[in-house]
Amino acid sequence: MNAVTPIRTAAEQSLISAYAALRAAGAPAPAVEDLRAQGYSRFEASGLPHRRVEEWKYTDLRAMMREAKPLAGAPDASTLLAAKVAVGNIPRIGGSRLVMVDGFYSPELSDTGTMPDGVKVTSLANAIVGRPEIVARLAGSAAAQANAAFALNAAFLTDGLVIEIAPGTDVGHVLDLISITSAGEARLINARVLVLVGEGASAGIVETHVGPAGTDYQKNVALQVVVGNGATLEHGRRQIEGDQALHLATLDADVGAGAHFDTLTLTTGAAVSRSQLFTRFVGENSKATLRGVTMLRGRQHADTSLLMDHAVPHCESKELFKHILDNEAHGVFQGKIIVQPVAQKTDGRMMSQTIMLAEGPAMDNKPELEIFADDVACGHGCTCGELDPDLMFYLKARGIPHGEAEALLVEAFAREAIEDFGEGPLGVVEELREAMLATILDWMRARA
Amino acid sequence: MSLLEIKNLTAKLADEDKQILNGLNLTVEKGQVAAIMGPNGSGKSTLSYVLAGREDYDVTDGEALLDGENILELAPDERAAKGLFLAFQYPIEIPGVGQMTFLKAAINAQRKKNGLGEISTPEFIKLVNGKAKELGISQDMLRRSVNVGFSGGEKKRNEILQMSLLAPKLAILDETDSGLDIDALKIVADGVNAMRSPDRAFVVITHYQRLLDYIRPDVVHVMAGGQIVKSGGPELALELEANGYADIVGKAA
Repeated sequence: MNAVTPIRTAAEQSLISAYAALRAAGAPAPAVEDLRAQGYSRFEASGLPHRRVEEWKYTDLRAMMREAKPLAGAPDASTLLAAKVAVGNIPRIGGSRLVMVDGFYSPELSDTGTMPDGVKVTSLANAIVGRPEIVARLAGSAAAQANAAFALNAAFLTDGLVIEIAPGTDVGHVLDLISITSAGEARLINARVLVLVGEGASAGIVETHVGPAGTDYQKNVALQVVVGNGATLEHGRRQIEGDQALHLATLDADVGAGAHFDTLTLTTGAAVSRSQLFTRFVGENSKATLRGVTMLRGRQHADTSLLMDHAVPHCESKELFKHILDNEAHGVFQGKIIVQPVAQKTDGRMMSQTIMLAEGPAMDNKPELEIFADDVACGHGCTCGELDPDLMFYLKARGIPHGEAEALLVEAFAREAIEDFGEGPLGVVEELREAMLATILDWMRARA
Repeated sequence: MSLLEIKNLTAKLADEDKQILNGLNLTVEKGQVAAIMGPNGSGKSTLSYVLAGREDYDVTDGEALLDGENILELAPDERAAKGLFLAFQYPIEIPGVGQMTFLKAAINAQRKKNGLGEISTPEFIKLVNGKAKELGISQDMLRRSVNVGFSGGEKKRNEILQMSLLAPKLAILDETDSGLDIDALKIVADGVNAMRSPDRAFVVITHYQRLLDYIRPDVVHVMAGGQIVKSGGPELALELEANGYADIVGKAA
């Protein structure tokens, strides 16, 4: 009788209790109960990941998540009313707006009436009842299933969104998805979004994650994407959470044959955040571009960890991530490209670049290339440094003050990751690029 | 009062002990075009950088008064705001910073210091287009990133464009003639000559007499060993062209 009882942290104990309560309350469908149980057993076996788990080496979640907040329930009428006001203050990007409040889809706050033809939006809670094909999609890739944040998201799977783009549909504009956390007592927000882009369709979606300042709420979201054969999906993401928040986000994407997937994240919010991108080519002759700009100040910590799986031949992936760090901030970039033995003629190029605006920040870069095919072009690079003093002198010699000169150069640095986002069919992505560049300039001006 | 008065200016590279300027004295009057000539390594470019405020140099002694105020303690942007302009010998490429964004930032910084609001976009475009046309700077160049993909001559013309937009009190042209063909040289010289005025002075640093055929100097200073070793009228430049520096520098040493 040598059974080992692992020592649980306070956060782990809370999560265990929360799961027990959820289980006691019952699941909407047996399949959902199974998904939750799978996620939970994964969590139960390993607990919260810590620095001795290689994937989480630089983001010790066990240490950074001292306690787990109570699971958020569906928003009541007054919460929805407050959220409506807050959402109304966020400038629109693209067309139809979809709103989730505390992880629950809110049709009242969304443009349900103006969805373009071929776009079907359902709350996850409704979609998982009686639609086994949707439930089957929610299991996630093997890489996601093995991941602690995704497993926890599965354990608490309750609501979110299912967005289905019918085959051949050209949506013509970007769906503007707002995920807002309401003010008040800090809670744990859990949400899942599934986007299915049918064969030959093209669509765009922009997620904006916001929440109140001064509250240490926790959010663990997952976005699953299936880009059908010959389809295009452009995905933008703005993480502008409240300054005390913990934000965990997983993107799990399957890219079909002859398809195009483009994702760009701008991170400026949260005290601690991690963005995980699991992308797989499942059909040949496809392209994926993964990009991000992260701007951190104070003692903010942000981690971008990606896994690009070239599982089939003749695909091209490009990964470009930029960090701008000030004060004592900590940036992390882990990028893994796997080229499977069959994936000949793969083209993969990964780059991580960092600008330090002060002496205090730290940046951890961990590129990993696992190449099992012999006829591929793969490369990675990484730079880290201050703004070029020669460029700074040139600008200042023209009378441009120090702070403004820094802002111009930082904007130029970040612009490279932003400017050719959405080279596909969606012209309106311009609005997102402009909004992101404006955020960058505002961030720089706030330093002065 | 002289526009620029440099007294006993002594400077070295910040990370080396080698002293480059050795107690240099120079006075430039309003309305003057002063040429500074001298052999390689005499400290001409260092003088321009030290005046503009580049951080790679340490000033160990002396002062430089612009309109009676010592500018050596000021940041480069503050010196620019006081009316100092350096046309770089090697203008720098700034990928990602659009030429128009850059010019607008510079103009607005200057306006802000003069208590003016930001320039309106139509006014700005009209102003830039007018000056650019005079200097043969195409719309395509204005759409690009600062100096990116510009030829050597285009970069130099771009410096003159910035100078004419900022209308400084004192402009230092550091080997603006290097890398220019004869047509570009004329355009640049015309740009400078158009700006000559009783309130403005130019310090023209050059190796060759040729530029001075187009920008006629009032005085010529010869620099060697980090000092001004000889001053004279325009004829001094012709003398140097004929005989080289050996005579003067040799005597000074």
